[in-house]
Amino acid sequence: MIALLLRDLKLAFRAGGGFGLGLAFFLIVTVMVPFAVGPQSSLLSTIAPGVLWLGALLACLLSLDRLLALDWEDGSLDLLATAPLPLESVVTIKALAHWLTTGLPLVLAAPFLGVLLNLPVPGFFWLVMSLLIGTPAMSVIGTFGAALTVGLKRGGLLLSLLVLPLYVPTLIFGAEVARRGATAMEVQTPLLMLAGITAATIALLPFASAAVLRINLR
Amino acid sequence: MSIAAKANALWEYANPRKFLATSERVLPFFWITSLACICVGLIWGFFFTPDDYKQGSTVKIIYLHVPAALMAINCWLMMLVTSLVWLVRRHHVSALAARAAAPIGIVMTMIALLTGAIWGQPMWGTWWAWDPRLTSFLILFLFYLGYVALWEAIEDPDTAADLTSVLCLVGSVFAILSRYAVNFWNQGLHQGASVMRAAAVTGADTEEKVSNVFFYPLLICIIGFVLLFIALVLYRTGTEIRARRIKALMARERVGG
Repeated sequence: MIALLLRDLKLAFRAGGGFGLGLAFFLIVTVMVPFAVGPQSSLLSTIAPGVLWLGALLACLLSLDRLLALDWEDGSLDLLATAPLPLESVVTIKALAHWLTTGLPLVLAAPFLGVLLNLPVPGFFWLVMSLLIGTPAMSVIGTFGAALTVGLKRGGLLLSLLVLPLYVPTLIFGAEVARRGATAMEVQTPLLMLAGITAATIALLPFASAAVLRINLR
Repeated sequence: MSIAAKANALWEYANPRKFLATSERVLPFFWITSLACICVGLIWGFFFTPDDYKQGSTVKIIYLHVPAALMAINCWLMMLVTSLVWLVRRHHVSALAARAAAPIGIVMTMIALLTGAIWGQPMWGTWWAWDPRLTSFLILFLFYLGYVALWEAIEDPDTAADLTSVLCLVGSVFAILSRYAVNFWNQGLHQGASVMRAAAVTGADTEEKVSNVFFYPLLICIIGFVLLFIALVLYRTGTEIRARRIKALMARERVGG
């Protein structure tokens, strides 16, 4: 399992592309927002939590179609499926690798971009917390979407269409935590809901992803 | 007949031949009754009910809006059940019925959204508001689109049936989750459900009750939409079965000559 994780991480870092892509996209979106909506700092600080969450979500979405497609193309997915490791663990590791290469950098970059968007000071902690808790769910849900569309020639658009409605609850609760944190309101309820969604998706969705992958590899 | 025997009798319709024969026999009944119900309900509703004292004649859009919204949700439920049947018992008719129902669900969702917008413009002063119910329907609409797109994108029919069934199961969980998330996110403009609540219908004329004057034509419209939905699903499933057969025949011809 660890070997597989290391392999995926190495591929993401070395083969160029995978690693920096999401982060660069996140950076571009947040830097472009003030040009689009105007430089008033009060407006920017109001929309900052939502913009940062949306940017993180889209950045996650962007790297999803590489998640399984490359392994599918060169046949290593077939090898993984016949390996002694259960397919459920394979997809979990894949999701973990995706999170480490996409989600975690986003979480780390978010506070710096928050400065650019004039995020209120109490918001920083809750922004990082909500992203830290929420992005694993996005990776796991994204793995399910990638497993659904892995056999298709041009699965990219379909993948986004399938995954976007699945992201809605995560986005709502995550952005709500960040928003309430920024305005110094009580965050417990959305935070617990967000954590619940993440825990439930990590626990259950790998089984669905593995089942779907088995159908696709048939 | 015992319950087990009855259950077994139900599974006989998983045989496409039996399904086609029976659906052909009952289809005219469903077409005619649904047409009659919708005609009676709409004409009664549009021309023989008084205008609401607050909403004027716009209230009458309820005769399209409520049945369509009801069927949009129930259509997804039906797809969920048939997907489960396909995953557990591998009856092809079941998978095809789910496939046949999805576009009907899309149309029903669109009718509900459009009539709601047309009603909302004079009543709320806006075509669209990010109200929980409206938003949930938009999300449901996205789920339908993704489901149909996945069916269309995959060539092998069994793989497509498997994948869409799993998507339907996972999607149902997330759809319910979204419903609650959206409720939490914004308290809405939309009135609560007032038609299907027992107290609202059978009770005395209270504030929130839909008045009987409006309720009876609405009930007829709902029955009409249910019958229309059944008729459409049976009809489209029959079409899917025949399309599958033609494909099989053509494949046989190519191979055997």
